[in-house]
Amino acid sequence: MLDFFKGPILALQDFFFLTGRALRNIFRSPHYTDDILLQMDIIGVGSLPIVILTGGFSGAVMALQMSRALATYGATGQVGQIVAITLVRELGPVLSALLVAGRSGSGMASELGSMKVTEQIDAMRALGTDPIQKLVTPRLLATAIMLPLLTIISDLVGLAGGFLVSSITLNTTASQYWNTAYRALVWNDLAQGLLKPFVFGIVIALVGCFYGLRTSGGTQGVGLATTKAVVVASVWIFVFTFFITQIFVNQQ
Amino acid sequence: MPDSTPQSVLRFEHVSITFGDTVALNDVSFDLKAGGTRIIYGAAGSGKSVMLKIALGLLKPSSGRVFVFGQDTTDLKEKDLFPIRSKMGVLFQEGGLFDSMTIEDNVAYPLENAITAPDGKARIPADQISGRVREALRFVELEQTLVKFPSELSGGMRRRAGIARATVNEPPLMLYDSPTAGLDPITANMIMALIIKARDTKNTTSAIVTHRYQDGQLLANFRYNPESGRLERTEKNGDGVCARTTFMVFGEGRLVFEGTQDELDRSADPYVSKFKAVKQ
Ligand SMILES: Nc1ncnc2c1ncn2[C@@H]1O[C@H](COP(=O)(O)OP(=O)(O)O)[C@@H](O)[C@H]1O
Ligand SMILES: [Mg+2]
Repeated sequence: MLDFFKGPILALQDFFFLTGRALRNIFRSPHYTDDILLQMDIIGVGSLPIVILTGGFSGAVMALQMSRALATYGATGQVGQIVAITLVRELGPVLSALLVAGRSGSGMASELGSMKVTEQIDAMRALGTDPIQKLVTPRLLATAIMLPLLTIISDLVGLAGGFLVSSITLNTTASQYWNTAYRALVWNDLAQGLLKPFVFGIVIALVGCFYGLRTSGGTQGVGLATTKAVVVASVWIFVFTFFITQIFVNQQ
Repeated sequence: MPDSTPQSVLRFEHVSITFGDTVALNDVSFDLKAGGTRIIYGAAGSGKSVMLKIALGLLKPSSGRVFVFGQDTTDLKEKDLFPIRSKMGVLFQEGGLFDSMTIEDNVAYPLENAITAPDGKARIPADQISGRVREALRFVELEQTLVKFPSELSGGMRRRAGIARATVNEPPLMLYDSPTAGLDPITANMIMALIIKARDTKNTTSAIVTHRYQDGQLLANFRYNPESGRLERTEKNGDGVCARTTFMVFGEGRLVFEGTQDELDRSADPYVSKFKAVKQ
């Protein structure tokens, strides 16, 4: 029984150790600015197309679903409001985070994993570089900064997608749609809509790097690490969105 | 450096390390003196790589103590290990070249890192780096591959680039982990010639892990002649490389043999004899 828990508890301990070191390194030199910028480009700019696509379609789908439901109450004018609230509070952050977990989290795990099995991480340490400073901290910073920005873009494109659908199916005018959408949002929504992707970004980067750096067992191990990173990060995204929502719901 | 009392460069005292249930090293003690060459034989999984990683401080022993250049490094923090590691060059079994960097940047890495090291002491002026990198690559005959990436090179070329990176800041101690593994005999001999050349031109203390009997034979009986630029056989019984070359054999984490070439050749131990049997 004790042995059963030993593995996961040791792993959790390692994870918190990595988290501590990665966060501490943010305030320590050397700062690998080039690596941070490169990662911001890979994670942020690289994820832009898929985030725009999924964001746009999720807004459109929301509008499509809601237009039927709202029509039964004769409240089709409210479609902008509903799309805005669901997108900004929940769908935008979670969908963008899942995409970035699938794209960048897995990338981090496989890149660091192959560096581990080819002894590049050992070589880095042997040549006097802290791999956490050089590899983990830049990815952590880049994801924590870029995911909120990606989410804002996803929200905006989603709102536009929702407008497109509601103007076609419900003949909603632009001013009606955007006015209700704008008035529906309060600071509370924006705050949780930005806090969530910030937290998810930290989770994705740390989980991806953690499994990457733990890789063992050759190339097979790299595939395993990649899968684990995506699955674990995705689960944590849902757990965290629940608790963050909980905090904000209580504050209203 | 007076020849009479060579200093200890790498010393293990009763070092053991376990991973879960695997005992990777079991009570290993040895002492490698300055100017010596140590050849380490052993079957796959016998703990040779783990031994080198403990020497570098990449792994911490479960018990025992490690001394590098006379300094106890067993409990040192990573940050305090960096200055010691800069005096050790290492060629990893898997190469360890950075995939994301060109060969030039890989070889320049130890030099550039020395400039920006946390202790802040600039050791190599930036304008000299390029020259030093070229020189190191010329040493391994890889000058033409400056802007290539490791993935564009053959296995033998990657090893040579690895040797260039390991030797570029002229460390007094060189560690080679299976430098000839997975290479054809011709390429393997070329790599061994480079290792001998590095040892004899830069006067480094060297530890070489290998499973090829001939690698040890070459290291023990040949030296690099700087005039002719070739290897030449050394006479036995002199105070040449042969006397300074010692052998170790690892078996299942234990040090099962330590001694000179003659002692190795005379050993009747069946496991040790395995590393003499393949004499082609
Ligand atoms: N980081 C590690 N985690 C767990 N086991 C390891 C680790 N490194 C090495 N081992 C185990 O230690 C033993 C010795 O490995 P190694 O030194 O790599 O052998 P070799 O002599 O072939 O270089 C092997 O059984 C290996 O599985
Ligand atoms: Mg090995």
